[in-house]
Amino acid sequence: MKRLLSILLCFVSLSVFANEPAVEASKGEGFNPGEMILEHIGDSHEWHLATLGEGEHATHVSVPLPIIAYQPTKGLSMFSGGQLAHGHSHNGLKLEEDKLVAEDGSKVYDFSITKNTASLLFSAALMLIVFTAVARGYKKNHGRAPSGLQSFFEPVIIFIRDEIARKNIGPKYERYMPYLLTAFFFIWFNNLLGLMPGAANLSGNIAVTLVLAVMTLVITLASSNKNYWAHIFATPGVPKPLLPIMIVVEFLGIFTKPFSLMIRLFANITAGHIVVLSFISLVFIFKSWAVAPVTLAFGLFINILELLVAILQAFIFTLLTAMYIGGAVEEHHDADHQIGGGDGADQAHAPLHAH
Amino acid sequence: MPAFLNPELGLIFWQLVIFLLVLFLLGKFAWRPILLSLKEREDTIDNALRMADQAKIEMQQLKAGNEKLLADARHERDRMMQEATVMANQHRDAEKARATEEANRIIAQAREAIQQEKNAALAEVKNTAAKLSVDIAERILRRELAEPAAQTQLVDSYLKDVKLN
Repeated sequence: MKRLLSILLCFVSLSVFANEPAVEASKGEGFNPGEMILEHIGDSHEWHLATLGEGEHATHVSVPLPIIAYQPTKGLSMFSGGQLAHGHSHNGLKLEEDKLVAEDGSKVYDFSITKNTASLLFSAALMLIVFTAVARGYKKNHGRAPSGLQSFFEPVIIFIRDEIARKNIGPKYERYMPYLLTAFFFIWFNNLLGLMPGAANLSGNIAVTLVLAVMTLVITLASSNKNYWAHIFATPGVPKPLLPIMIVVEFLGIFTKPFSLMIRLFANITAGHIVVLSFISLVFIFKSWAVAPVTLAFGLFINILELLVAILQAFIFTLLTAMYIGGAVEEHHDADHQIGGGDGADQAHAPLHAH
Repeated sequence: MPAFLNPELGLIFWQLVIFLLVLFLLGKFAWRPILLSLKEREDTIDNALRMADQAKIEMQQLKAGNEKLLADARHERDRMMQEATVMANQHRDAEKARATEEANRIIAQAREAIQQEKNAALAEVKNTAAKLSVDIAERILRRELAEPAAQTQLVDSYLKDVKLN
């Protein structure tokens, strides 16, 4: 995992890098934008809402979250995160720089409801409420025009079905619709929720994008047919001597595709948050009202851009997932026709990759 | 390495569990009914459009049928008119011929009647003449005329009478 992540670092955009030294540099007094930004985009065992006052007298207003830990020696333990506030320890566990560790140094598996997990639960509940309401709309307006929430989501659902699934997967698209729709709306909802003040950066968390990418990989492999493997181990149109190289390249391709999904979503959303937070930090760095218009203008611009990025990234993730599945289920093999679906798909693919 | 690049086991676990749960629940209670309804509605619209098309074609066929019927009727009418004209002409000709024939017959009859009347008249004249001759002869014989001249004169006067008749 460590090695994997060091490769990963190379993919992360420069803005992420630029903030790194700042964290290491100073943990001293005053405002540290790097620390603040990393705290915002990272996970936490408490939901921090505000800090009142400064320095020694600062009061942190935060919601404690449940701690769930599994220790091979002690078993499962569950208690409120409030018990661990201000460096207190409970049940032999304490928080060190927001990391759950055992006092005796033994291994701890942390399954706590962190800020991100709480946000995940909230978004899951929200999705269930919204889409069962949409489904109810279809029952209520049976045989009639859609209304309300239903008419808002219907074009999006139809777009995913017709433009993403049907075009890229082909006739067998129907069984992949639940995953594509859930992934799309999960990413979109969480991207938007992440833009709310005080919210968690869930879709910009690498664990979340890792799970989504692995699911895409598993679905792709589970639905792959012999054409897919023939393409990997005996790429058509490649001279025999080159095959060993091609096999390695194609085989790695199986994993780099979902890997790129993971990094793209993670980096885009996290970078967006970093940029917005950086503009906000300017106020505190310059300690002047004069900088407010600039901060406000740029912050607003980036925030609106992020609204676009929110749906764009959801779209890209879903589209690429559909393409990978399409490549795996494709029946007859044709080099020009490889990525699922004809003229539009490949052209649409190219500029999106650049993002 | 910054903490945010390190996938936390806890979040991986929760993300997996919750996402799969959401996927299952939404798949069962949202996506399935939604996609089915969408498909059903599209099928309904498709059917309606196809039926409208069919109705249009049927209408055209009906219209074409009507026009054909109309044309047939017109044609029939023309034919009947023509037939009627022909028949009327024939009838008229026949009537004319019959009338001519009748007229001729009447004329012939008239002629015959005239001839008969004439013959009768002539016969009458002959009879009358014979009677007159007999009368005259009688009277001549009765008067016993002395002189021949006076006899002749008397015969002549009688004859004159006859002619005037």
